[in-house]
Amino acid sequence: MAKKPAAKPASRAKKAAKPALSAPSDDTDFILHSLQEEFEKKKRFAASDEQMLEFYKQMLLIRRFEEKAGQLYGLGLIGGFCHLYIGQEAVAIGLQSALDGDRDSVITGYRDHGHMLAYGIDPKVIMAELTGREAGISKGKGGSMHMFSTEHKFYGGHGIVGAQVALGGGLALAHQYNEDGGLCLAYFGDGAANQGQVYETFNMAALWNLPIVFVVEDNQYAMGTASSRSSAETRFHRRGTAFRIPGMEVNGMDVLEVRAAAEVAFKHVREGKGPVLMECNTYRYRGHSMSDPAKYRTREEVQEQREQHDPIERLKKALMEGGHDEADLKTIDKDIRKVVTEAADFSESSPEPNPNELYTDVLVGEY
Amino acid sequence: MAIELKMPALSPTMEEGTLARWLKVEGDTIEPGDIIAEIETDKATMEFEAIDDGVLSKILVAEGTENVAVGTVIAHMEGEGAEEGPTPAPTPAPAAAPASKPTPMPTASAPAPVVRANDPAIPEGTSFTPTTVREALRDGMAEEMRADPRVFVMGEEVAEYEGAYKVTQGLLDEFGPKRVIDTPITEYGFAGIGSGAAMGGLRPIVEFMTFNFAMQAIDHVINSAAKTNYMSGGQMRCPIVFRGPNGAASRVGAQHSQNYGPWYASVPGLIVIAPFDASDAKGLMKAAIRSEDPVVFLENELVYGRTFDVPDLDDHILPIGKARIMREGKDATIVSYSIGVGLALEAAETLAAEGIDAEVIDLRTLRPLDKEAVLKSLAKTNRLVIAEEGWPTCSIASEITSICMEEGFDDLDAPVTRVCNEDVPLPYADNLEKLALIDAPRIVEAVKKVCYV
Ligand SMILES: Cc1ncc(C[n+]2csc(CCOP(=O)(O)OP(=O)(O)O)c2C)c(N)n1
Ligand SMILES: [Mg+2]
Repeated sequence: MAKKPAAKPASRAKKAAKPALSAPSDDTDFILHSLQEEFEKKKRFAASDEQMLEFYKQMLLIRRFEEKAGQLYGLGLIGGFCHLYIGQEAVAIGLQSALDGDRDSVITGYRDHGHMLAYGIDPKVIMAELTGREAGISKGKGGSMHMFSTEHKFYGGHGIVGAQVALGGGLALAHQYNEDGGLCLAYFGDGAANQGQVYETFNMAALWNLPIVFVVEDNQYAMGTASSRSSAETRFHRRGTAFRIPGMEVNGMDVLEVRAAAEVAFKHVREGKGPVLMECNTYRYRGHSMSDPAKYRTREEVQEQREQHDPIERLKKALMEGGHDEADLKTIDKDIRKVVTEAADFSESSPEPNPNELYTDVLVGEY
Repeated sequence: MAIELKMPALSPTMEEGTLARWLKVEGDTIEPGDIIAEIETDKATMEFEAIDDGVLSKILVAEGTENVAVGTVIAHMEGEGAEEGPTPAPTPAPAAAPASKPTPMPTASAPAPVVRANDPAIPEGTSFTPTTVREALRDGMAEEMRADPRVFVMGEEVAEYEGAYKVTQGLLDEFGPKRVIDTPITEYGFAGIGSGAAMGGLRPIVEFMTFNFAMQAIDHVINSAAKTNYMSGGQMRCPIVFRGPNGAASRVGAQHSQNYGPWYASVPGLIVIAPFDASDAKGLMKAAIRSEDPVVFLENELVYGRTFDVPDLDDHILPIGKARIMREGKDATIVSYSIGVGLALEAAETLAAEGIDAEVIDLRTLRPLDKEAVLKSLAKTNRLVIAEEGWPTCSIASEITSICMEEGFDDLDAPVTRVCNEDVPLPYADNLEKLALIDAPRIVEAVKKVCYV
């Protein structure tokens, strides 16, 4: 089954006639698997104690924030669609911790709270957006699915599945055009990976050598559809092959592995070698959004993921092996809970937007 | 300290649910993340998860209890005491939760008006069964699938999940995976595959999870499905139904809340249907499936759960292109379609109490538009308001206005008036969303204005 593209002699012979991309050997498909090989050499990032603690705090903040959001939803304070990131924390933290915050851009879909928190954006303004208040990061006009922070070069927050991939290609084009040295990190789901515009973007990104890392957050389901029921090829990192985009397959439940992969991918892109396609295998513990029939998978499956693969527990174990005791970590949790409680209180007490905000921001100019 | 655990809301429109199962018993120690109970509605199941440490001290609502209102205290928990500090869990005052719950659109809970009597398409003496719009749509599809083996359904989550909004409930069971097909999230692709299958002799029903996502696919709806018959000089047909919820739902924001009625209704070669009640949903769905032409069938999420009388007929099929008088009146006409009809009827009741007798017309089909019905009513009342849950610019309302100007000018005693949503992308915030959307009071106001009172 797992056929390496390079093993196909016919295609190799054909390709050899064309100018090879950047193959150091006569393996013309070297480019496709070279990054994975580089990554396999050192699969886990050698984090300092300080870095590990930071990752831990950031992941825990996302977890607690999302739990609180779920609770506020249950109380009717949050409306519409609300997609929680619980279980997937290591992906956003592993990748975004490796970004150059001054230059790089990020774009994702509607499951976006975690990506924003990874920037250190104040949980208060995120929670206040979820409750639709004036102090929300989109002034209450966007909601959970539509949040942005141009200050951080975070470009959303998009509700249409797959749209962020092409938009990410455009952000990458802008980096290249402006020669600002930045790259774009474009996240999308296993379900989104089937949208046609994803492949149109792959082609242009590879053709034009755009500085972009495509990240498939494969949490195994798109709503109630397991990826094997929607995708002919579920090893998503291989889907760039037709466009000569190198793939990487990463355990998205291990923040250190994600971070190590990020370093390899970002280096490649920053050297001007074009796009990378990274598949992060992860799992969402909660329903797709708050309303979920929960009939497409077993409770045991969810339980197994939580107990055996939880990214926060994994790092906690490493921290304890490194000399931190339970009490230390409990204090961190307590502090984070406090931050989240304050964010929730703020989001409840912040006033609703002024009615005249209904008509502002439709257009920029006056005509 | 005691913590009150309250019945959570699973969706913005949920008002009550079933407490399906307790997964903890009194006295159990609970850690954050533990699943305490399972809550169910007709659409979804949710695991109710603990946020706090503590001990489940008292269960107040037994498992299996149905119709538990959102916000009801279902159990008490003892917190782990001072160590955790004050517990932020469901501490708001008992009344706070239901009060702060975003109320669904005004129509969602309004009583269903029963007005089948004046429908000329239904024979005298027919009996009726109360049916939700959701069931009526499904029944219409199922009947046509039984009658014609060429009919099949495809779309995202239509089979195993039984539809994101449960409209295709039971279809997989009855018709199997050959005729009820789950697609990947590839609207452009499956709209094209559906159109091609129709050209190849099948009768596809393509569900868009919502019409917002059909924008990915609109090229096939218009360039492939709508124009083929004409371009082929009548040789090649495309009998397909594109269906799904359309218009604003509840606080799902600008990208998920748009009415595409005017978009599709502007395209020659398409049939566009937008029913309001369950009888029309069923009768027109059946007509759409049988039509030789491509049909865009616009449903509305906020109406799915409403119950109306559906006639007990073996083959309840309604004519495409015919409006219906929902309420007779003599002072002014309110023309509407889809969810707007409910608002128009509500407005008519209010107006009646103030001595204004409004006629309400449900267009039902947006293309071809039943001009005669509109002009006839205008000739009777001499005043006309269009109520549309959608933007005012280049709308169905604009089209009706134009028809009245061109063909009903002599009958007009007041300017034709549009009542639509505000001309802005739909905001998320509860208060702004309410301000942006059409409601009955705005229709009342417009009718009074055209009546000069
Ligand atoms: C174009 C489009 N089609 C359908 C939807 C409805 N929808 C929202 S999320 C979703 C599932 C996406 O799954 P995946 O890409 O795996 O991301 P995940 O939710 O697992 O993070 C669907 C079908 C949409 N928002 N946009
Ligand atoms: Mg997914």
